[in-house]
Amino acid sequence: MLAGTTSNPRIYMDANATTPLLPEVVEAMRPYWMQHFGNASSIHLDGQQARTALDHARQTLAEFFNCHDAEVVFNSGGTEGDNTALFGLLHPGDHLITTSIEHSAILQSATRLAQFGVQTTFVAPQPSGLIDPVDILRAVRPETRLISVMLANNETGVLQPVEQIGKIAADTGIFFHIDAVQGAGKVKFDVRRFGCHLLSISAHKMHGPKGVGAMFVRRGTPLESMLVGGSHERRRRAGTENIAGIVGLAKAAELAMHSLEDGVLIRLAALRDQMEKDLLRLHGTGLNGALPDGRPAPRVANTTNIWFDDLDGEALVIALDLKGIAVSGGSACHSGATEPSHVLMAMGLDKARARASLRFSLLKTVSRAEIDRVLEVVPAAVQQLRTLSPVAAGTLG
Amino acid sequence: MLQQDIIAVAMSGGVDSSTVAAMLVHSGESVVGLTLQLWDQTRLAGKHGIPEAPKAGRCCSLDDVYDARRVAEHLGIPYYVVNQQARFEQDVVRPFVDEYLAGRTPIPCSLCNNHLKFDQLLNTARSIGASRIATGHYAVNEYDSERQRWILKRPADLAKDQTYFLFGLTQAQLAHTLFPLGNLTKTETREIARQHGLALAEKPDSQEICFIPGGDYKQFLTAYLEEQGRPMPDSAGELVSSSGAVIGKHDGISNFTVGQRKGLGIASPSPLYVLGIDPASHRVTVGVETELATRTLRAGKLNWISIPELTASMRVRIKIRHRHEPALATLEPVGPDSGEVVAIFDEPQRAVTPGQSAVFYDGNEVVGGGWIV
Repeated sequence: MLAGTTSNPRIYMDANATTPLLPEVVEAMRPYWMQHFGNASSIHLDGQQARTALDHARQTLAEFFNCHDAEVVFNSGGTEGDNTALFGLLHPGDHLITTSIEHSAILQSATRLAQFGVQTTFVAPQPSGLIDPVDILRAVRPETRLISVMLANNETGVLQPVEQIGKIAADTGIFFHIDAVQGAGKVKFDVRRFGCHLLSISAHKMHGPKGVGAMFVRRGTPLESMLVGGSHERRRRAGTENIAGIVGLAKAAELAMHSLEDGVLIRLAALRDQMEKDLLRLHGTGLNGALPDGRPAPRVANTTNIWFDDLDGEALVIALDLKGIAVSGGSACHSGATEPSHVLMAMGLDKARARASLRFSLLKTVSRAEIDRVLEVVPAAVQQLRTLSPVAAGTLG
Repeated sequence: MLQQDIIAVAMSGGVDSSTVAAMLVHSGESVVGLTLQLWDQTRLAGKHGIPEAPKAGRCCSLDDVYDARRVAEHLGIPYYVVNQQARFEQDVVRPFVDEYLAGRTPIPCSLCNNHLKFDQLLNTARSIGASRIATGHYAVNEYDSERQRWILKRPADLAKDQTYFLFGLTQAQLAHTLFPLGNLTKTETREIARQHGLALAEKPDSQEICFIPGGDYKQFLTAYLEEQGRPMPDSAGELVSSSGAVIGKHDGISNFTVGQRKGLGIASPSPLYVLGIDPASHRVTVGVETELATRTLRAGKLNWISIPELTASMRVRIKIRHRHEPALATLEPVGPDSGEVVAIFDEPQRAVTPGQSAVFYDGNEVVGGGWIV
């Protein structure tokens, strides 16, 4: 018997990395691989069947975003949305305001754009992980063309005050993009209320398929397309539409809208809070993303990020994996090794504590039994690592 | 509990460690593959002549991690890349740079074995519930119940003998380490790799220092110091003959290693070699080949394996560099608290080089070793 295959079924607590497809999503997609395989640009009936599916999905996403059908652009996911927002709007001499806790799809785009004469201000978060809108306002310059801020942070789940930032954007006449990848399915979307011109999501973070996403592009926004070729998506994104993927995204969005209203998130938050409270009872732990009074900052229902002093977080992730529990710590570097989270470092954690932090991100389907099992396994693993850890033995500087 | 029986295999993506993983899986062990991510090969790429795209066969290149992962997938074992870059830089790279700047010739592989492979890896292994580690080194370790010590021995394939780099292993480390290739030749290892269907059975051996892609340590020193914002210290000075006569000038002591012949820039009827480097005066002493030979050696930072410590003189064979044939010598302790030994060779040895290790053998057993001072 192989290590890592224990008699207990695996417990997946890394929903912010990705989620499994729901059965309804798989079923919705199924006809579009072999039966209705047409190209939505074709004139004939086969093409029209694909076009119908595409139009229908667009209508669902418009409802999801609270926008017009014509304001929905399908793409390949969050990275493409983030890249498009920045590369499609910014020109040499322009200024961008974003934050130091964004996803690398934003941060690396800003780095690349610097080579073309686009300057960026990276606004740092409060220690709680919250961006202060005043800091955004302070960063505004005459040449500022775009503000890009995430809706929910992937590491801490902290929800950013996008509505206030949207008002700043409106008052100053600056375009506003929201990377909403980690908010999809966890927060009710309303692009009018958010006050954004652009908003990006990815299907696979909300039980849809990987490799497909969507962007809200407010009418009149002069966004240049990144991919050129055919006139797909009203010339905003060339390339034959991934019909099955788009249908899957739409089904996932539809299910997410239901779950925002049926109490699933309330139950999820209660289970998360219970688990978090018990884990924080362990000696030498703390919550990443707490306000000065100790309460958690406003956040999505499924995420908690906890530091465990005197141990190596990377070893804890592996130890838990071998015991059948999937969690995450930091971000994977090119080789697959773990780097300390840039988000936690930006919030003021030192490298050791950032390395010793774990993110638990729960699926909506999480059970009470799974929480109980985690509360049994994690404290024991933490205890074992602290006994053995070179960090605890003081051999690491 | 099952978790207690796990063996963590240090997988580099090469034939040897991959074969170790395959052998252990085949014999029914619970195996977890670990690759230590030690150095970012892209970090200094393109600077001061360092190649842009590192070739495969260097530890931590993406190709090698890919190869290791493919082997783990083939064998159906859990596999993880563990980030030890900070530790590697602290314990291996910085000492390597400082040694060169101090006029010595370091061996990073021994430092890496002492600090990373058998110290940190064992810690990580225990943290994840593995009680032992296995590596692809060619060496034999056995417990001798009479002496109540773990003994490290030269392997069956003397051409692949890696005991020279393993002299720093403690008794505790040896007790929790497996060297499954110790009784195999490299040819046999490749054959076993083929039998287990490993696609990399024919992959060439890696040779150079893993974090120096082009193999040019001077390029690395320059690029690393520049990245660290440390100026290359001015260690230019005089070239002197063994009698002390100044016969030329040089640009810096880190360009030299004892025994070096090329790059001295001195015309002479018979070839000249570096005999010694004085870090204080920046003087580099040169002379003819016969002057390179010395009969004595002093070593410090010792580690003993087959004996608890050296209390009386002992007849041994000593290996003073990787490709050196161990030479007969008498080992003498230097006082109780010096932490050093002196060796007197039966025959003079060429180029005893400060910074390299001296490893003492009794027959096939590693008695211990230390660093040449």
